[in-house]
Amino acid sequence: MVPLWMFLLVAAALFAIGLFGVLSRRNAVAILMGVELMLNAVNINLIAFWRYRTPDTMIGQAFAVFVFVVAAAEAAVGLALIVAIYRRRQSVAVEDVNLLKW
Amino acid sequence: MLRDALIQAGMNAGLATFLDILGGVLVAATFGMAWVLFGIWIERKVAARIQNRVGPNRVGPYGLIQNFADALKLLIKEVIVPRNADRPVYFLAPVLMVVSVILIAAVIPFSSVVIGTDLNIGLLYVLAVGSLGTLAVLMAGWGSNNKYALLGAFRAVAQLISYEVPMVLALLIPVMLAGSLSMQDLVRSQHVWFLFVAPIAAVLFLIAAHAENGRAPFDLLEAESELIAGYNIEYSGMAFAMFYLAEFMHAFFVAIVFSVLFLGGWRGPGAETYPILGMFYLGIKSMVVYFVTVWLRLTVPRVRIDHLLALNWKIMVPLALANVILTAFLFKLVPTPDYSAARAIAEGEFTGVASGLYRLLGPEFVAMLPLAGVLLVGNIALLVAAAALLRWLARRRRQEVEALVDETEYAPGVAAAE
Amino acid sequence: MEITIELLVFLVFALLTLAGGLGVVLARNLFRAALLLLLSLFGVAGLFVLLAAPFLAAVQVLIYMGGITILIIFAVMLTRGMVRARNVFSEQWDLAAIVSLAFLALVVYLLWQLQQGSSAALFAAPPPEGGLENPIAALGAALVDPAQYMLPFEVASVLLAGALIGAIYIARDDEVE
Repeated sequence: MVPLWMFLLVAAALFAIGLFGVLSRRNAVAILMGVELMLNAVNINLIAFWRYRTPDTMIGQAFAVFVFVVAAAEAAVGLALIVAIYRRRQSVAVEDVNLLKW
Repeated sequence: MLRDALIQAGMNAGLATFLDILGGVLVAATFGMAWVLFGIWIERKVAARIQNRVGPNRVGPYGLIQNFADALKLLIKEVIVPRNADRPVYFLAPVLMVVSVILIAAVIPFSSVVIGTDLNIGLLYVLAVGSLGTLAVLMAGWGSNNKYALLGAFRAVAQLISYEVPMVLALLIPVMLAGSLSMQDLVRSQHVWFLFVAPIAAVLFLIAAHAENGRAPFDLLEAESELIAGYNIEYSGMAFAMFYLAEFMHAFFVAIVFSVLFLGGWRGPGAETYPILGMFYLGIKSMVVYFVTVWLRLTVPRVRIDHLLALNWKIMVPLALANVILTAFLFKLVPTPDYSAARAIAEGEFTGVASGLYRLLGPEFVAMLPLAGVLLVGNIALLVAAAALLRWLARRRRQEVEALVDETEYAPGVAAAE
Repeated sequence: MEITIELLVFLVFALLTLAGGLGVVLARNLFRAALLLLLSLFGVAGLFVLLAAPFLAAVQVLIYMGGITILIIFAVMLTRGMVRARNVFSEQWDLAAIVSLAFLALVVYLLWQLQQGSSAALFAAPPPEGGLENPIAALGAALVDPAQYMLPFEVASVLLAGALIGAIYIARDDEVE
């Protein structure tokens, strides 16, 4: 049997990795991948707590399903934005997108 | 079976289970591949007959060994790797392709007892594993570092992910009728074959699965005349053979999954008591379905890419959605078949025509008939309505074009450009 | 601690998840990063199976690996000019590393504290036996039950429809008109 804290540890590490990716990468697609990792870490946590605390209700699983929905929507819109930006500026590095910055 | 024998021989229970599973997997995979080589022979023969040829007839009786010879040839050919290929990606792609197909076998109920594992999410598993093939196509296209391969991969993925939508929607119908995602439950609840309960879903699934498989008339992935060979152009030798093998195995599994979902799987007279009969029935059913797909492949010309996507998004997806809504509605409307009551009538005293009918045809079958009849009528009505709508739309468009031609006097070039 | 097969399987999937994740953020070639993301997502699906949530594992493979990752790979291919950029990290990568390590340290510290303190029993306990008989049916019922998650479910479908239309509108080529 695997104790709960192991799952939480893996989720935390995955979240930290994703956070690093989001904060450090220049490419917007890579940043999006970091976000996906963070969302997955959250899902591991949700399911782990569901399994160990409330397996007789559906709270954890239902919430994870909504995280999937949000992730899908976020990926679709985010990647559409990235493709549109690339078409305009021939770059998807986040520091090149600075028209509104001064 | 193997597990018990090993435990009796004094082996650790965990290790015995592992070996049992491993043995099952090996048998299933090897059997699948050997069967594919035989199946390719059937396909070549059928293709030859349809095209008025003879087909393979030199190696072995009736050319039976031809495919083994071809496989051997492909095995000993050199695998040529493009210089700028992304090597790990390039080599992983065919492996992933084959794996994504073989994994489907794990949940197929070959008979009432022979099934790799009866997952309670069986059908979802089939879809999930099948979607990995798309990734293999992308990897092949990218890893080859060839513009034709990349273009082919783009096209292929556009096609594969588009056709996943109507496929999933069509598969919702059997799931709804059976109330379960488990493949075994899906088979067991087909007292009336789902082909007759949900014909629209069956046809939609067959078309979508055929497109997923990328065979003619949907073989745009490898349209030789446009893309040379599509995403697998840079592959040779064994690596190419794996793509080839995966395609054929996929075609077989499509036929098998179709039989399981819509043709009652292993069901048939005596299949419950003699499981081996079930395998026989499933084999016959899937061969019939396979023959139909080969027939389709050989007689219908390739469609254009925009037609392909239009067919999907403008016809199949709306039809599938309407079908889901209609089926759900009718399913709620008709009272759920009362199987235990039917069984009681069949086993009770003989009182007349009704109980005789129940005994003759099987109580579950008779109990399910009203539901099946209502759904069948609903399906036919939906099909008629869809056809009428399409006709109306097409006529309106034609009238618009004709009006345009009248306005510009007779100028075919202008009308065509508009 | 006793070493069981379950623990070994857990370790394999955890390793896949974390190694894949590290690869995603460190890989220079963006296409490779996307493939490693796949590996990581597969590891997460395995963890879901271990947590007795096979439905979510299948959805993970179908939606994440078969859908979202393919979208990402498409974006990588459409922005091909950026795949082999020289410096993939921004100037603030050192700060980012410190922040994420600090976050990890904080969580580990909290977990350790909890394990030592009041929640020790919870952390070491095996998952409760039993649970629902048919969790998939229960999940389906919960999602369309007005007393449970019907409203969020409908909102989610509206969100998806909005995202679909928005994505098409944004990514459309204006010159095609």
